[in-house]
Amino acid sequence: MTMDRAETSARIAALIEPFNKKGVEIADATRFTDDLEFDSLTVMDFVAAIEDEFDIIISMNQQAEIENYGQLVDAVVKLNG
Amino acid sequence: MTDMLSENETQAHTDLFSKFDPLIEMRQGLLSTGVTDPFGLVMEKVISPTVALCNGRETILLGTYNYMGMTFDPDVIAAGKQALDDFGAGTTGSRVLNGTYAGHKAVEEALCDFYGMKHAMVFSTGYQANLGIISTIAGKGDYIVLDIDSHASIWDGCKMGDAEVVPFKHNDIEAMEKRLRRIPEGAGKLVVLEGVYSMLGDIAPLKEMIAVAKKYGAMVLVDEAHSMGFIGPNGRGVAEDQGCLDDVDFVIGTFSKSVGTVGGFCVSNHSKFEIMRLVCRPYVFTASLPPSVVATAATSVRKLMHAADKRAHLWENSKVLHKGLTDAGFQLGTEEPQSAIIAVIMPDLERGAMMWEALLHEGLYVNLARPPATPANMTLLRCSLCAEHSAEQVQQIIGMFTRAGKTAGILG
Repeated sequence: MTMDRAETSARIAALIEPFNKKGVEIADATRFTDDLEFDSLTVMDFVAAIEDEFDIIISMNQQAEIENYGQLVDAVVKLNG
Repeated sequence: MTDMLSENETQAHTDLFSKFDPLIEMRQGLLSTGVTDPFGLVMEKVISPTVALCNGRETILLGTYNYMGMTFDPDVIAAGKQALDDFGAGTTGSRVLNGTYAGHKAVEEALCDFYGMKHAMVFSTGYQANLGIISTIAGKGDYIVLDIDSHASIWDGCKMGDAEVVPFKHNDIEAMEKRLRRIPEGAGKLVVLEGVYSMLGDIAPLKEMIAVAKKYGAMVLVDEAHSMGFIGPNGRGVAEDQGCLDDVDFVIGTFSKSVGTVGGFCVSNHSKFEIMRLVCRPYVFTASLPPSVVATAATSVRKLMHAADKRAHLWENSKVLHKGLTDAGFQLGTEEPQSAIIAVIMPDLERGAMMWEALLHEGLYVNLARPPATPANMTLLRCSLCAEHSAEQVQQIIGMFTRAGKTAGILG
């Protein structure tokens, strides 16, 4: 099952919403820690939501490489491919 | 090499300590309020497992991990003194070279007897036991599935190894199962759990969790540091209490809590377990425990096998304190007492530190715990009970908490 990037991005954008308390505008360069101000607990809940949505695992080793929204979308597309 | 700096030039200096500035500022902010440094307590004299002299004041100890009060057990002390005389102050060597004495083998035998398991391996600390076993058995391409509230030594063991690390929400069986189900077929899997989680003092539903882990073909490691000696009919821990110890592949434990000295261990029935002694770097590349320490540990472990009365008294203490603090109006980490740890939840770090100091003035020492050690950014006053706390001391403690709670404005 392959999914195009735009569709994946839309699904992730919908998942971010409840965690995006300050209503920051989401673009590929949006950073989770610096722009969205996610703390470690938020990261855990957010990652779990994405893992459940796409039925994938994003290990902590992989998470360490993901700093912004664009990188996350790319990683999910790759893991789902 | 034309871009090399000439001899007279130097690059701008970056202070490697600047990353600690936020913590330094936060600490200064807290101490500037005049509160005593909660992380700088010195015990001038230790009178018994439950009483020490702090700042010249006799203080009840309610923040040690001396659950079974073995630190001053006469048999334990005698064994340590004898070993000092017979074997000297230290081994000056690794377990695999010149650092294995008769006492090291004796304490490993005591652990095999205590747990009813075939193999035991003693490390210099409990931290090293987790660090060593986890980083060694889970390698590249393997998956470690662990509870998000795991102890620092477990996280550091994950970080030191090459496995993929996959955490799940605390004690959430469904979240754990989902992650196990998604691991690629054929990959090695290690599930890491704790019997008692030391910050809130809550226990894990090990029976259900281990059954799920086994269904997905995972090996299971359980850290029973805070349950050994106390929980379970023979003091083997939460897995024994829930009747699933036979399904645990590796039990990690420590001598620095109920056993009353220092050191760590792993016990296992795995047929190839002994190879760990050659491949586990935190075991190989450090000096072994001093002879006096292993002698005290062996004596203590053997005595803990027959400590049912002490276990019963400690449960009683835990129940009475939990009820007393609940009735006084404090918010606790668990609705029911589940272990010898009772965590009192503070509204914030500042009032937590004030309350901690008020208790110290009352003559009571508890642990102040704060993020990142605590879950959900909580500030906690952690009380850990001892089998040697008398019923009178527990009542005294409840009175001290109630008075200090009013002084610090925690109670209305």
